[in-house]
Amino acid sequence: MNLDSFLLMRHELLLLAIILLLIVAEIFIPPNKKQSIVHLAIFLFGVHTLIGFLPVDENNLFGGMFRTNGLIHFFKNVLNVGVLILLLQSADWLQEKIVGQNKGTEFFILLFSSLLGMYFMISSGDFLMFYLGLELSTLPVAALAAYETVNRKSSEAGIKLILSSALASGVSLFGISMLYATSGSIYFADIIQLVSATNLTSLGAILFFTGLAFKISLVPFHFWTADVYEGAPISIASYLSVISKGAAVFILMILLFTVLKPLMQVWENMIYVIAIATMFIGNLFALRQQNMKRFLAFSSIAQAGFILLGLIVGTQLGTATIVYFVLIYVFSNLAAFGVVQAISLQTGKEDINDYEGLYRTNPNLSLVMMLALFSLAGIPPVAGFFGKFFLFTAAASEGYYFLVFLAVVNVTISLYYYLLVVRAMFLRKSENPIPFFRSKVYMRLGLLITVIGILVLGIYSPLYDYIYELSGIFN
Amino acid sequence: MDILSLFIIVPIATILALVFSKGLKQSRIVSMVGSIVQLGMAINLIFAYFKERAVNSDIMVFTKDLVWFKDFNIHYNIGVDGISVALLLLTSIVVLAGVFISWKMNDLPKEFFVSLIVLSIGVYGFFISLDLFTMFVFFEIAVIPMYLLIGIWGTGPKEHSAMKLTLMLMGASAILLVAILGIYFNSDADGGALTFNILEIAKVNIPIEAQKLFFPLAFIGFAVIGALFPFHTWSPDGHASAPTAVSMLHAGVLMKLGGYGVFRVAMYLLPEGALHWSWFFIILAAIGVIYGAFSAIKQTDLKYINAYSSVSHLGLVLFALLMLNKTAWNGAILQSLSHGFMTALFFALIGMIYGRTHTRDVTKLGGLLKVIPFISTIYVIAGLASLGLPGFSGFVAEMNIFVGAFEHDNMFYRIATIVSVSAIVVTAVYILRVVGLMLMGPVKNEAFLTLEKVTWYEKTGILLLLIPIVGMGVAPLWLSDMILESLEPFIQGML
Repeated sequence: MNLDSFLLMRHELLLLAIILLLIVAEIFIPPNKKQSIVHLAIFLFGVHTLIGFLPVDENNLFGGMFRTNGLIHFFKNVLNVGVLILLLQSADWLQEKIVGQNKGTEFFILLFSSLLGMYFMISSGDFLMFYLGLELSTLPVAALAAYETVNRKSSEAGIKLILSSALASGVSLFGISMLYATSGSIYFADIIQLVSATNLTSLGAILFFTGLAFKISLVPFHFWTADVYEGAPISIASYLSVISKGAAVFILMILLFTVLKPLMQVWENMIYVIAIATMFIGNLFALRQQNMKRFLAFSSIAQAGFILLGLIVGTQLGTATIVYFVLIYVFSNLAAFGVVQAISLQTGKEDINDYEGLYRTNPNLSLVMMLALFSLAGIPPVAGFFGKFFLFTAAASEGYYFLVFLAVVNVTISLYYYLLVVRAMFLRKSENPIPFFRSKVYMRLGLLITVIGILVLGIYSPLYDYIYELSGIFN
Repeated sequence: MDILSLFIIVPIATILALVFSKGLKQSRIVSMVGSIVQLGMAINLIFAYFKERAVNSDIMVFTKDLVWFKDFNIHYNIGVDGISVALLLLTSIVVLAGVFISWKMNDLPKEFFVSLIVLSIGVYGFFISLDLFTMFVFFEIAVIPMYLLIGIWGTGPKEHSAMKLTLMLMGASAILLVAILGIYFNSDADGGALTFNILEIAKVNIPIEAQKLFFPLAFIGFAVIGALFPFHTWSPDGHASAPTAVSMLHAGVLMKLGGYGVFRVAMYLLPEGALHWSWFFIILAAIGVIYGAFSAIKQTDLKYINAYSSVSHLGLVLFALLMLNKTAWNGAILQSLSHGFMTALFFALIGMIYGRTHTRDVTKLGGLLKVIPFISTIYVIAGLASLGLPGFSGFVAEMNIFVGAFEHDNMFYRIATIVSVSAIVVTAVYILRVVGLMLMGPVKNEAFLTLEKVTWYEKTGILLLLIPIVGMGVAPLWLSDMILESLEPFIQGML
């Protein structure tokens, strides 16, 4: 190991340093000043995010176990920005509810460990590193989901998440073992050369896919989603739906487009069916939800279905549109969760009906929410439209017109339930609306960043060009 | 800054100014100033267009082409011909009239005007776009504010109507999206690069099979907003629930996007598909014409009458477009313009009557000519224009449509034409019935005797709309020439 290879792992090492620093800080900060740990953690992570943007070389480490390149680097930055926004949005919640129970530091340590796992997962060059990353990213989140120990639903969420994710990663591991059995190697670079479409490899690929499909909550592996989102603290629900899903989509995309490319015949049809099922089930179930967290859970299932439209084509265009879509999705969904978080923290209200008349008392929050929902629904000129349009373009480029048609039908269905929330906020008048309140500065900053993202990311075309250029690496 | 981009930038500036204004008084002044500037620009554009046309024989003039997303070959590409110039003028007049009519908008005035102007940005952008992607973006921008405009400021079952309208129009635009992608991925059929540029695609011979597949999608995608039967059901409910200015803008301008899009995209880019499918859509359009007219007879709510009348009149636009010849197309564009002014005027008048009498039920109204003579007289004039009396805009338009339609010597076309012509008679019935019930006769309600006189801003709004109606009827030739000239390249492209 020399200095250059350290620099390649800059993200991982820095984050590890932050985790260690936080442990030290936990020891030395006196109990009556524990609030400052939140400021410290956010500050450190902010610096880490900024440093992440410095350019990095393209190379492999540890004999190919760990690799990095422009696109992976870019995606780590996307995850960083997402987590930073999420920290800003949950700072108030932490200070008010969690630090008092003397477990503020642990929150950050667990969250950052999970993020570290994701870094390793998306940088992995073999299945061993991949699996380690996958586990490291999942286990801390299960602990976090059960973080509000006084709340029974939170405990339920934790246990549900850990059980189903254990099963899913077990199945995935089984699939990996089959791929290993046929190719004799766990390195991606070798498997690309050796794998061919036999029954055993196909089965292996399908089982492997299952593990990640669970993380992305694709139908039929989505049953945990709504319950966990509802029970878990909002920050964790938001983390699961944005960061965790984004990272899983990314690594799934890389593996399908490179390692499992010879098996395209197999997974192409599978994804075709799963995309249709995911879009329809996610959307149709979202129609009847009353709780905002469950609502966003089903909406995020449906969004995952749209992502599959880019996944099915397996080209540079597909890669670029998926990364672009996920980037925009991070901002849109975090904005929506941020508003839910702000309102829930102030008033404890989480139902759509509670939002009635919100615009007349809290216009700014309502506007943020509306922008976020429009972006999720894909209405121009906000960013979500561009993300979706390009995904559909990717699918159409390989002639999947019928799939695109079903997708646009789903866009229309989804518009209905997004408008239900807009209706509650803008159209309805309420006898006892949520009173006016001002959020603290972190929350406002967190929402502001998402709004800027939603407004700018779509229209600012050089960003897409940049992603497209980076995406050439895997094809 | 080029002359066309200003049509986008001025409204954006207006919105920014609105964000910083407070209360009704400031908001309406800001919107009025913005809309007057916009109208000035539209009038200026007409003169500039004639000047430019004299020296420039391109299909589109004042073009500007900036690369937006280079990997998809998406451009911000704008330009106008005679047709879009005329429609831009229509839009700016209706928007300004709408601002005047909403002079007393007390509930959330700032938000109201912002939504109204966002809608107008969509419409302006749509008419100047030469790039399918940009056009589609503006199309959706024009539709979505309707949800808030009807839902917040509407009357009656407003939530239901707003949702129905939004979902149907956005659903249609979703179908349109498939068609646009289909056109895009076939735009390299002659070996060129993939492109969204309308003028470039028109030169490409898209494979016939693809044309047959995507024409219905493109046609329906646009025609839903043009109230094609049986997809018109959003329109009566939407109009009836919308506040006055929104009905005006919607029927006057927004529904014109349908005809324009059908013409500019579906027919121009997929001519073989149009030939293949025209019989089917002619039947639907003819049904719409007749059905709308008969439905209007049975209605008692003034807004429903006018909404169904719009279905009938706009059915005529689609009908004429499907006739695929120059005279009929000229008629279709003229009808779009004429109906735009006329129906906006109708909705403005209905809004005024409703604001005073608090009812829109014609059976409860009566003798209004005696108490509010100004409004009533204009109503009669608008009615006469609507039933196609010579001297008004409607006559010129319908004359062209039917002459053009009858040019086909095919039996099918002739029968369809005859059926559609008969709608004119029905139109006369429902217009005269309303005039008789509502304006003539004794005053039915004592309370009507003390109705408020017309205010200056209402008069201004009315006159803004009335002048073009009479102007088009008396001197249609310059407009018709401008349109015919612009139709020439499309005719050549089609045949």
